[in-house]
Amino acid sequence: MKKIQSTIFVFLLIAISLNGYCANHIINNDNNPDSSNAGIKVPEGFTITKVADNVGRARHIVVSPQGTIYVKSMKKINGKGIFVLKDLKGSGQLNTVDTFCNYGGTGIAIKGNYLYASSDEEVFRYKLNAKGEVIDPKNPEKIITGLIEHHQHETKSIALDNVGNIYVNIGAYSNSCQEQDRTKGSPGRKPCPVLDSAGGIWMFKVDKLNQTYGDGIRYATGLRNVVGLDWNQQTNSLFVMQHGRDQLFQNWPQYFTEQESAELPAECMYELHNGSNCGWPYIYYNQHLNKKMLAPEYGGDGKIEGDASFQNPVIAFPGHLAPNGLLFYTGNQFPEKYKNGAFIAFHGSWNRAPLPQAGYFVVFVPFKDGKPTGKWEIFADGFSGKEVINSTRSADHRPCGLAQGPDGSLYISDDVKGTIYKVKYTEH
Amino acid sequence: MKKNTIIMSIAFIGLVCELAFAQNAKPKQKLNETPTASIERGKAIYLKECLSCHQADGGGVPHINPPLAGNTVLLNDKTKIIWVVLKGMTDRIPIDDEYYSNNMASHAYLSNQEIADVLSYVRNSFGNKATVITAAEVKSVRGVKKK
Repeated sequence: MKKIQSTIFVFLLIAISLNGYCANHIINNDNNPDSSNAGIKVPEGFTITKVADNVGRARHIVVSPQGTIYVKSMKKINGKGIFVLKDLKGSGQLNTVDTFCNYGGTGIAIKGNYLYASSDEEVFRYKLNAKGEVIDPKNPEKIITGLIEHHQHETKSIALDNVGNIYVNIGAYSNSCQEQDRTKGSPGRKPCPVLDSAGGIWMFKVDKLNQTYGDGIRYATGLRNVVGLDWNQQTNSLFVMQHGRDQLFQNWPQYFTEQESAELPAECMYELHNGSNCGWPYIYYNQHLNKKMLAPEYGGDGKIEGDASFQNPVIAFPGHLAPNGLLFYTGNQFPEKYKNGAFIAFHGSWNRAPLPQAGYFVVFVPFKDGKPTGKWEIFADGFSGKEVINSTRSADHRPCGLAQGPDGSLYISDDVKGTIYKVKYTEH
Repeated sequence: MKKNTIIMSIAFIGLVCELAFAQNAKPKQKLNETPTASIERGKAIYLKECLSCHQADGGGVPHINPPLAGNTVLLNDKTKIIWVVLKGMTDRIPIDDEYYSNNMASHAYLSNQEIADVLSYVRNSFGNKATVITAAEVKSVRGVKKK
């Protein structure tokens, strides 16, 4: 009897394994360059293609007006942290024509005649020539230095306005400003000392060398960590995507279920102005109630509301999806609906376990006059290459950066395999 | 009278059995127990205490939480890994040439046996193969006052 049971069990195991194997192979066909849409689903009328692979750990990405693509790699590859890509043959595929810069990092942007790039502590700029090429890659101007890097939320994303200012995210080196970081039941520090030098957006001048805290201003505070941010040309203001806090269940199981902790708190978009305070670590946003809730570290229990004076988000998304890229679309290639709307690259979650992970997609939010006009929708999906992601590292690709090409195409970077995708609208 | 004695005896045997069972259910390491028993108890502790950061496959989260699968510190340095579970980890040091951003909390509230069990589990899961860790080994590290 026991033998029969064992045999059945072994067969079952084989059947389950085969099932998983086949399922993975049907979905995971994006290694084939001929496969349509690179295994990614996009709305009808759009096509998406892989235009480059193995571009370091591609974080943020920017395209010059002449079409040269600059990619910032989180880690240096062969000692270099910026990749320069061009379509040399006119085939649509990009070639790496150069690499430079001796630091890894996330931030990269172009404004006027300069390329700006960040390490996890400093920001540099490189003069561009009339062809959009970096003139002296070995000798950038160091414009900002000495920013806090305490190895949590350490990346320094950047955005620029039209009057000579650069905005730098300095992420909080803490989850929720507890006395003991990420520790069950540990209370929050009040006032939270992290906010003096991190947990916000700092503003500096673009053309002044070696600026540090005393030279800039804390433009906005109460932001745990921002990776995706963009200057909205229509409203002439800075929009950011906050990564909401982790571990509501793990640290406060008396107030939250695993299910609640997987969905909460919201990942929020904020429109910032000088002096904005978005409330981290004292509150978190509950997207189901549309309310600011008192954080459990500060006496909250999942039901008590927080201080109403903190700024409200423009729009809120499910928890832990990790918004790493934000881009307001100003091109003319995509249909009218997309003009001035927001694309958001969600890197994908880890803090939903034991529930399945989520995200790993690019979202679109329609905007009119600087305000969302409707619900967010998934624009590009399938980057993970799997039906279900239980463990974050099993995602094949994770969307991170977004950029708009001079022809209005949308570029998406992936920091797992360094893949660059290009989205075009082809049905007119 | 005789009937009563029998009932009493049965009740007594039942009580003894129950006590023995309760004893068994507790995560006490028994002399001569197989390493498998400790590893199995460790799995339940992993699911409760570790999985949310180190993930279902022990693979961690790229750049954020280190993997346990193939982690050479976990596999080669018993004292260090017991210390990490007891004290947490906030140091900026690379693990197998990669940096990981998030801090790990102290898990000193787990008993010596629970820490031994969960470490034995992770050292023998996700493709890992290493010796088990005993409660006595955890106790000796816990007893050390300063780093």
